[in-house]
Amino acid sequence: MATAVTTDPMLPQPYLVQSVSKETPDTFTLKLAPEEGANGSSFQPGQFSMLWVFGVGELPISISGNPAEHKQLVYTVRSVGQATNAFVTQRVGAGVGVRGPFGTGWPVDAARGRDVIVVAGGIGLAPLRPVIYEVLRHREDYGRLVVLYGARSPHDLLYRQELVAWARQRETQVLVTVDYGGMSWRGHVGVVTTLFKYARLKPSQSVAMVCGPEIMMRFVARELISHGLSRNDVYLSMERNMKCAVGFCGHCQYGPHFICKDGPVFAYEQMRPLLEKYEL
Amino acid sequence: MVAESVLATRETSWSEAVSQEVHAILRASELGKLIAALVRKGYAVVGPTVRDGAIVYDRLESVEDLPAGWTDEQAPGHYRLKRRDDEALFGYVVGPQSWKKYLHPADVRLLSAERQGGTFRILNNETKPKAPQAFLGVRACELAAIAAQDRVLLEDKYHDPIYGARRSGAFLIAVQCTQSAATCFCRSMETGPGVANGADLVLTELLGPKGHRFLVRAGSDRGAELLTEVQTSSATDADLHEAEAGVEKAASQQVRSIDTNGIKELLYQNFDHPRWDNVAARCLTCANCTMVCPTCFCTTVEDTTDVTGDHAERWRRWDSCFTQSFSYIHGGSVRTSSKARYRQWMTHKLAAWIDQFGSSGCVGCGRCITWCPVGIDITEEVRALREGGSHGNP
Amino acid sequence: METLERIIAEHPFFADLESYYTGLLAGCAANVRFHPGTYIFKEGEEANEFYLIRSGKVALELFAPQRKPIVVETLEDGDILGWSWLLPPYLWKFHAHATQDIRAISLDGKCLRAKCEQNHDLGYEVLKRFAQIMERRLEATRMQLLDVYAVR
Repeated sequence: MATAVTTDPMLPQPYLVQSVSKETPDTFTLKLAPEEGANGSSFQPGQFSMLWVFGVGELPISISGNPAEHKQLVYTVRSVGQATNAFVTQRVGAGVGVRGPFGTGWPVDAARGRDVIVVAGGIGLAPLRPVIYEVLRHREDYGRLVVLYGARSPHDLLYRQELVAWARQRETQVLVTVDYGGMSWRGHVGVVTTLFKYARLKPSQSVAMVCGPEIMMRFVARELISHGLSRNDVYLSMERNMKCAVGFCGHCQYGPHFICKDGPVFAYEQMRPLLEKYEL
Repeated sequence: MVAESVLATRETSWSEAVSQEVHAILRASELGKLIAALVRKGYAVVGPTVRDGAIVYDRLESVEDLPAGWTDEQAPGHYRLKRRDDEALFGYVVGPQSWKKYLHPADVRLLSAERQGGTFRILNNETKPKAPQAFLGVRACELAAIAAQDRVLLEDKYHDPIYGARRSGAFLIAVQCTQSAATCFCRSMETGPGVANGADLVLTELLGPKGHRFLVRAGSDRGAELLTEVQTSSATDADLHEAEAGVEKAASQQVRSIDTNGIKELLYQNFDHPRWDNVAARCLTCANCTMVCPTCFCTTVEDTTDVTGDHAERWRRWDSCFTQSFSYIHGGSVRTSSKARYRQWMTHKLAAWIDQFGSSGCVGCGRCITWCPVGIDITEEVRALREGGSHGNP
Repeated sequence: METLERIIAEHPFFADLESYYTGLLAGCAANVRFHPGTYIFKEGEEANEFYLIRSGKVALELFAPQRKPIVVETLEDGDILGWSWLLPPYLWKFHAHATQDIRAISLDGKCLRAKCEQNHDLGYEVLKRFAQIMERRLEATRMQLLDVYAVR
């Protein structure tokens, strides 16, 4: 039995928007800092917060900033509905409620001494970016870093300048692809699984972390296993409806797992029997 | 008083086996004084009462509010109150409500806040109820259900202060069942009809030749202390036997059961069993079962503002996995078919709950059977999965 | 010729192929190079060869009226370009556009077809390998169709 967290888990802390930047036509990155007197928070890569927009609702959003920066929490959000739109249209100086961080993180500790493969699809790069920051910050503690990133089209690519910067790091390979290229794209075209054959992998000493639409994660995990990785060395970040993020509202259940507290990061070994069940 | 001195000096370990507990006799006429004593101590007393053709749990002012002489006739999709030929105060089993109405309320305000410049201020996020509550008439299955919700809301990774505040102050007076309804199956779920632990006082109603009275034992220090406020007399072996016989009668009357052997594997391995299509053709996804179920805990959170938009509130309300929107993430719901939703509810209740919380989520109270408008019977569904089913998917 | 045989033998696509067969294949092979911007082949042309790409990026393009050419996939170092030589009507189904300097080995499809007809064991080995490529491309194409990143 875990030690229960005893502060009110439904009480949001007031944070202020420090900056808003546009990544793509529908995706924005907001940096938040705690108001005076509010609790700041450190987080593990892969964890998420519940962001409360006054009077509108709460969003479960993965933290996509650098875990080494304790003064700010960074979120990259795609506007897909009323609540997400309300969040990305907040002005600098606006107050947003923050609860968390919640959930299990990526296995950055278990991956020490090994090669790290990061496979991201679309907005899935946001929850994985803290892993890349962490690996680059402790470069000697890890082997090779391979980043495979797929998006719908060149317009939808996130963190473009950082992708270029990461590619320049030693022992680091960054491969990017899009589903639809358009005329001016000179890069790779095809789904993210098509990048595997160009990646220099050492499967037996690799840990893979995958995030993106569920279908994409299913295909990618299968591909990684066929390349020789163990099912216990491939990790996915799952998503379901969430209202509380603390295991009380029941919405995020996936089989016997509460994605908010048993996840969102899970080993593929645990997810495999569930992923193939339609309407689970 | 003999009983008083015995109770005052006994050890405080109230988890001893029933046979070692000290019993006393409380005359039915004294029950009102028990209620009054609770009120004097500041408790809001809640118990069964007749309203709208059912026995519901509501505030009790006096013993007059109890459903004297009433019993309930239950079957799949059927509930009727009938007159008894005696004046038993607890001669029925369970109605459409459970104590979760008071411990895990259907509508709770989580917080209110107001705008301040570009940001906001939380005004209050109070969690305490106005007065501690005393529940009179808690059945064994209901004690098990409360324990199940304790496990979910207090004993896992996080602690729900709303439930916690109501639960820690709650005084529980259990009443052992001396009859069962046709929909009861607590015996097979090993949650009743006898009460072991978890209550402050345990009563068993006796209507024999010695008059209308209750066998009572204290299950806690404060239970023992409350008994000092009323007149009790010693219980004889005959009294004990009469009570045991009553509980035995309740057990033997049960016609329904769930065979819980390997039930987790049964549900996990039969995701594609054709029976799910069968039940889906009947299930209306009306969510009655989740509303009446004493262990169902799912809630949702709703945001509201006033007209000016300067004042906001967050409300927590009961929700149900049977709703279309329960599993909604952007792009659509994951469980769109009624088949998927019924399967989710039953698999969670009987199987996943065990992995999550260490015991079954079902206490065998039978409410879901009674209150299903089309009479879906969870015990029958389990049986159908066992027969006709392969173990494992093709 | 010897060098070509070694390159073919070492290519993962032809792994585990008996040296007799790699010798046969080398007999149908040639080193080729394409400058950036040229078309290796165009839709509708006779498909008489396929290529082992050694370096450079090739864009597979489809043309539709009123639309600019659509790149449906790109292939790079180590990829196999083209299987239309294998099955009737032996016509290319899309344009192959060299977007960079391409160095590749071309294998004479007609020559190879003839050898496969004579030697069915060789034919089976070749078909097995191409079936795998087709299967992977089909899977990838299906995922592309799903448009997984779109907002619904």
